[in-house]
Amino acid sequence: MSHAQEILFRTLADPTRRAIFERLCRDGEQTVGALTARAGVSQPAVSKHLGVLKQAGLVRDRHEGRQTHYSAQLGALSPLIDWTSQMAGFWQSRFDDLEDLLKRMDQ
Amino acid sequence: MNTTTETRSVVVEREFPHPPEKLWRALTQPHLIEEWLMKNDFKPVVGHNFNLRGDWGGVLDCEVLAVEQHKKLTYTWNFKHEEAAYNLISVVAWTLTPTPTGTHLRMEQSGFRPDQPQAYGGAKHGWQQFFANLEQTLAKVE
Repeated sequence: MSHAQEILFRTLADPTRRAIFERLCRDGEQTVGALTARAGVSQPAVSKHLGVLKQAGLVRDRHEGRQTHYSAQLGALSPLIDWTSQMAGFWQSRFDDLEDLLKRMDQ
Repeated sequence: MNTTTETRSVVVEREFPHPPEKLWRALTQPHLIEEWLMKNDFKPVVGHNFNLRGDWGGVLDCEVLAVEQHKKLTYTWNFKHEEAAYNLISVVAWTLTPTPTGTHLRMEQSGFRPDQPQAYGGAKHGWQQFFANLEQTLAKVE
């Protein structure tokens, strides 16, 4: 495992931290307050997790007035994803659907 | 992971117990393409621009590059995105070869750059898959 992968795995191994990151991936940019409301842990704990995510390059922060907005940096995940095999998986399942269609075309 | 800037290809091949003419219909008729790939406005005419619309809301911009009836079909498979990791310019090439029992179908998608983990536009699907994989990998790492 490369150093970059190790950092990402270590960062995302914590379930609470991973949930925060997933939420940012799904719902887009959020404030610490909004994330805290759903996280089930205190605001300082959420801020600490965001700090770790930021250090790993997984989130970016943007200051606006007194609020800090966080967003996910999906590009930071590239070291984890063997995307050629993922893409091959996409086409394999398309081929499965094509096979089904060809059978139905006989009828 | 490979960190060079060269592009990579994905190749998927399969034997089908059906004649090339029938596969050709499935690959080139819009209502049939929709059944196994995506909604589309495809026409088997070189230079024709069309879109593939995925269930996740993503739209791929495509152009027909080559048509050789019952044998070969090539089109671009481009996904525009402001983030480089998602932006994709690729080419999908289909080759149909008759066999004694049917057809050998080969699909080659080329043009990916190594920094495009989600480039195929199936980002949403890819994410679910990714998190499932991550869970499994984490279970093994612990």
